[in-house]
Amino acid sequence: MIRFIKASLAILLLSLSPAYAVQPDEVLEDPVLEERARSLSEGLRCLVCRNESIDESNADLARDLRLLVRERLVAGDSDEEAVDFIVDRYGEYVLLKPTVRGANWILWAAGPMMLVLALLIALLYLRKRATAAGGAESNGLTEDEEARLKEILKD
Amino acid sequence: MITELGHFALILAFMIAIVQMVVPLIGAHNRWPGWMAVAEPAAQAQFLFTAFSFGALMWAFVTSDFSVRLVALNSHSAKPMLYKISGTWGNHEGSMLLWVLIVSLFGATASVFGGGLPPTLKARVLSVQAAIGVAFFGFILFTSNPFLRLVNPPFDGQDLNPLLQDPGLAFHPPFLYLGYVGLSMAFSFAVAALIEGRVDAAWGRWVRPWTLAAWIFLTIGIALGSWWAYYELGWGGFWFWDPVENASFMPWLLAAALLHSAIVVEKRESLKSWTILLAILAFGFSLIGTFIVRSGLLTSVHAFANDPERGVVILAILAVFTGGALLLFALRAQAMEAKGVFSMVSRESALVANNLLLAVSCFVVFVGTLWPVVAEMAFDRKLSVGAPFFDAAFPPFMVALGVLLPIGAMLPWKRGKGAKTLWTLRYGIALALAVAGLAWTMQTEKSLLGPVGAMLGAWIVSGAATDLLQRAGRSDRLSRLMRLPRADWGKAVAHAGLGVTIFAIAGLTAWQTEDIRVANLNEPFRVGSYDMVLTSVEEGRGPNYFTTMGVVEVSRNGSKVATLRPEKRVYPVAQMPTTEAAIDYRFTRDLYVVLGDAQDSGGFTMRTYIKPFANWIWGGCLLMALGGLLSLSDRRFRVAAGVRKAPARGVPAE
Repeated sequence: MIRFIKASLAILLLSLSPAYAVQPDEVLEDPVLEERARSLSEGLRCLVCRNESIDESNADLARDLRLLVRERLVAGDSDEEAVDFIVDRYGEYVLLKPTVRGANWILWAAGPMMLVLALLIALLYLRKRATAAGGAESNGLTEDEEARLKEILKD
Repeated sequence: MITELGHFALILAFMIAIVQMVVPLIGAHNRWPGWMAVAEPAAQAQFLFTAFSFGALMWAFVTSDFSVRLVALNSHSAKPMLYKISGTWGNHEGSMLLWVLIVSLFGATASVFGGGLPPTLKARVLSVQAAIGVAFFGFILFTSNPFLRLVNPPFDGQDLNPLLQDPGLAFHPPFLYLGYVGLSMAFSFAVAALIEGRVDAAWGRWVRPWTLAAWIFLTIGIALGSWWAYYELGWGGFWFWDPVENASFMPWLLAAALLHSAIVVEKRESLKSWTILLAILAFGFSLIGTFIVRSGLLTSVHAFANDPERGVVILAILAVFTGGALLLFALRAQAMEAKGVFSMVSRESALVANNLLLAVSCFVVFVGTLWPVVAEMAFDRKLSVGAPFFDAAFPPFMVALGVLLPIGAMLPWKRGKGAKTLWTLRYGIALALAVAGLAWTMQTEKSLLGPVGAMLGAWIVSGAATDLLQRAGRSDRLSRLMRLPRADWGKAVAHAGLGVTIFAIAGLTAWQTEDIRVANLNEPFRVGSYDMVLTSVEEGRGPNYFTTMGVVEVSRNGSKVATLRPEKRVYPVAQMPTTEAAIDYRFTRDLYVVLGDAQDSGGFTMRTYIKPFANWIWGGCLLMALGGLLSLSDRRFRVAAGVRKAPARGVPAE
């Protein structure tokens, strides 16, 4: 059920277009450029799909974008320039990995901040537990009991 | 007729649940034994009526009764029997009925096995469980009734989505639901304890089996779903960080945290209020998951139940239960005083670290999943948070967890010495470093992912083995190993499973080979060290689909390895094509072949992947589930649950 939506949409589009993810005719001659194109494609969203990168998608639009990425790389763009070119035209919605610009720092910092906060709370708690009931050595016995225990152990 | 009886039984179960919710709660408050005693028979009757109702719906699917609206929309007479049965829960209404069936099943099980529970606690637990049932019975009856009839029944149905017609997926939802809803039991125990105002070691011992069972089911359910995605969707991905996947992953993370913190409550009577909070949150995340899947908030093209109105009802249920329980927690948590004292370096501290990392990683998944909605509503930015974000933000926590795990698992309770434990683990450390070095030198691309995964995997597995050996002592190891409590075995097996899965995910991601090409008939080509040739492509038909099947001969160094038959299918009723990848499963790698479309040149597009250690991902999940089962069968739970069994059967008598 999990991938059902994506899959059903992908399949729906498959029935419209004969394309199937990266096609042999898209692959660039230069393996280094192709490698870069593939890793860029994995970070770009297929706009008509749900949560699918253009690298996985079967949609026509994804194919167009894959070709566009390759065109830019062949034209000599760096990775950043190629991505910027696409973001300029399609908006930041195409980025599967959001930037850190604006309020997005909250998204990126949420985990580490929570970790620090949780560590602080945990440390305070652990220190309390370690010193609770009058010292770490305490085992819940009163002084009298402690003395008696010592006596017994002596024998 | 049977359909109407099913409908009636559902209404009766709803009524019984209302009684079960109210009467025992009042009884427990006033210490009236008669009122409290209502809970048990009510829980069992509620389950029986719900089961009958579910059976009636299944009957309608099995007999293809197209006068029932749900059957007409989701079934077809030509569908194989297995998928007629699984079609019962392959839709919104049926799956909600399954959900509530499992709620009542857990309630009934608690009433049967809860013999040792104090009567007031038992009455309150069953009452809270019934309250959850009431909410969902009401939801089904008033917004998603599966028993509605059609005035003009069609000749045949509209068929189940072909992607769901698969054995892996037939059993994926029931397991997932058993897991989600199993957490309702932990929730009920937590709320009951808050009402009672008392949490002690015995409470921890009662809560743990339920959490463990829920976690086992969740593990299996998630593994099945991911395995299905791997072989069915045609590109061999196994995890996509899709909101719907995250919805099942978050409760899993919290359930894992909960079953560890419940150990501390059970053994040391500490972490009580945190454990209660976790129990509430874990079930809360189950409800959030249901809400995400059912409401279409995040995946607006979800094929079923993309109905905002129903989503609002589930949101209300979520708010009432989680909000109410948290409020109760805020009022009563002070009453839970901790008893155990322990030092900074101890098993308790290690389990705190485990909880911290699991909870924070769950938080990261939660924020990432909901961020697009937040960004759009609060900052008017339409953006995406996809796999690359989670791949960057989530693994660090798992790496930290994996590094700490073997040490924490071997630290003694109360007070430990880090150096001493590390010394015990010296062989594991050496092995892990050696494996990492080997992986580093053997791979062609210098990426860290593979070696780090291999190191963590070896470290966790050898740590688990060391732990067992250590427990067995020095002399007479084998027989003492065999006589260790099942819980010890369970712990070692489950931890080793995690190690295997971590290793496999890293290995598969780092070292897979991909080949995309136009394959011409009888024209050999090479992928990795395999020689492949597409010998024929034939048309054919199955029970309810048409197929185009390729035949691919695979050989290596001249000797035959396998004959693979990748397919493309078209389901005419649903008008949907699917791809069926052909996979040659081996212990250390999968060979994964997908047939694409015919080209003008006469060839076919073909994608071939060599996926190292793919099976190990799910093998590790199975080990985790098996470890859970071993732990669940530990004698102390049977004793605690009050099941009277001859003690001699629990441990081999000497």
